[in-house]
Amino acid sequence: MLNIDALMNCFGNSACLVTQSATGLIIGMLLFLVASGVTLIFGVLHVVNFAHGAFYMIGAYAAYSAYGVTGNYYLSVLAGAVAAAIVGVLFERLAISRVYKENLLMQLLVCYAFVLICDDAVKIIWGAEYLAMGIPSEFRVPPLRIAGGVVPPFYLFLAGSALAVAILSVILIRYSRFGKIVRAAAENATMVSVLGIRVPLYFAALFGLGCALAGMAGALAAPVRSLTPGMGLSILIESFIVTVIGGMGSIPGALLAAILLGFTRSFGSVGFPLFVDGAMFLMMVVILVFRPQGLLGERMVR
Amino acid sequence: MNLAHPFVRAAGLALVCFVLLIVLALVYPGTWLLDTLTGLFASGLLVMSLHLLVGYTGLVSFGHAAYFASGGYIFGMFLQTPDIVAAFGAWSVPVATLLALLGTGLFALVVGLICARLSEIYFAFLTLAFQMLLVSVIQGLVQYTGGDQGLMGGIPRPEFLGLDMVQVKDRFVFSAFLFLAGVLVIRLVTLSSLGATLRMVRDNEVRTAFLGVNTYRVKVLAFTIAGAVAGLGGVILAILTSAAYPEWAGWAVSGEAIFTIMLGGLHSFYGPLVGVVVMRFINDVTLIYTTHTDLAKGVAILFVVLVLRRGILDWIIDLRAARRGRKEDDNVSRALSKAGKEAEDAAS
Repeated sequence: MLNIDALMNCFGNSACLVTQSATGLIIGMLLFLVASGVTLIFGVLHVVNFAHGAFYMIGAYAAYSAYGVTGNYYLSVLAGAVAAAIVGVLFERLAISRVYKENLLMQLLVCYAFVLICDDAVKIIWGAEYLAMGIPSEFRVPPLRIAGGVVPPFYLFLAGSALAVAILSVILIRYSRFGKIVRAAAENATMVSVLGIRVPLYFAALFGLGCALAGMAGALAAPVRSLTPGMGLSILIESFIVTVIGGMGSIPGALLAAILLGFTRSFGSVGFPLFVDGAMFLMMVVILVFRPQGLLGERMVR
Repeated sequence: MNLAHPFVRAAGLALVCFVLLIVLALVYPGTWLLDTLTGLFASGLLVMSLHLLVGYTGLVSFGHAAYFASGGYIFGMFLQTPDIVAAFGAWSVPVATLLALLGTGLFALVVGLICARLSEIYFAFLTLAFQMLLVSVIQGLVQYTGGDQGLMGGIPRPEFLGLDMVQVKDRFVFSAFLFLAGVLVIRLVTLSSLGATLRMVRDNEVRTAFLGVNTYRVKVLAFTIAGAVAGLGGVILAILTSAAYPEWAGWAVSGEAIFTIMLGGLHSFYGPLVGVVVMRFINDVTLIYTTHTDLAKGVAILFVVLVLRRGILDWIIDLRAARRGRKEDDNVSRALSKAGKEAEDAAS
């Protein structure tokens, strides 16, 4: 089950170290993008968006189709984000907004129903088989060689844009007028609506933004992961692990935890391929038992 | 013996159900219904035991499938060891069932001791993590568990008490016994003073602690009992399928169990059972027309949540209560108008 030699060899070999680190980095950045969407929606609307993985899936499939039509990858990423945002706003207006005041379980149930419907809808539209998008033509260039390791340029684009967009959206929520209104409305919706602001519109927009982040993550991941109707589930669970390990509502914590998880995945596949998932959950158990507020979380919990 | 005592009535009801199910097994000519019911018994125990936590104690466990799978795996791995089967002979299946019950209970006790220190969403995440850890362990220990493939090659189930688990009727009767025993245990817990304490913990844990109750210990106890009963459910499924798979401990099983409870009714004892039957019904009816069962389930759940706004059985109970209330209102207003008329008559 454990292959220490292979792991130590990899640590001693700069080529392996660079290659695995690059893989870990893109996994981590994708996770960070998805997790920041979850955190955004949870932080403001206090809804645990259990359906977030479905938007990741919608983004990936939309990008796949858009790439097939346009052949332009940048447009496809945009299409993935926009598709997820549109479905997200519809989902918020038609379903989730009706259970904002209900308990957590009711919200989870609505999200679960949505995930079931989405998975089957994807099966009907795109089929149940695995789809592969392949590295887009823009990035079909020789890989960079760093210290003997191989790093495809696409990885750098992926990690860079995921990080940039996640941080931009956090800045948007913290400092822009839109962000301030949304946060004020979350505190006291009645008061904000009395000021002549259409609160439901802002809530829907925020929900759509969170979903767009997931959709973009899906579109970015489409060239390197295979597309299947259940693909949202594992990323959802992992992004929850990220939020728990990093600390609920803490964006720097989510970044740290996402990188930690990405490296566990990439180096784990060398050292303990059968126990990669186990190692992630073990980390989560240890954090929850000894530091329930997460690595960088501040809120005290008992 | 006081026949009106709730415990006696619950046990009597279980006995009557058992007799009825045996009669059903004897008179029913085919196998389809019996195997379907056996499958429902397995998921029934899973959701009923989870309901003890979610509905009665207010502990939302996202990792309940771990105990379900643990029951199935202990049962299967025990019987797949030839030496053990040779040693216990005809008693292998009952001994394996008992071991699965105790082993799963112990497992749930250990996890419960760790998880019950946290509350709400953190509790949910921790139970989920332990469940996924179990999945990883099952997948990792290939030489004992068969890894991804599960416990393949069939589970030997020697005949005992004249019951042969290969026969549909025989395994139906044994499964019905296990199911009713499990439900009875949960029923007795909810009727006992422990059940009252659990509901207090659910409604206000701090105040319960003020009354001198060790809420931590009570929660661990509920978690252990629920885990052990879920393990019995796993045993039933292992008997039915003659196998055990890592998916049994999967995230999807736990999730669906919670949603089944919500669908059936969170506030009534038999709500989860209604949920199991409805889920299965939607599944089977949809399969006649299309393979997209998830779509149908999703739409049904959305309907229940957004239109009924509560579980199906809860909705029925509320509806009846409302109707009775209206009837009483009518009676009152009739009496009032009658009294008013009499007063008028008297005045004139």
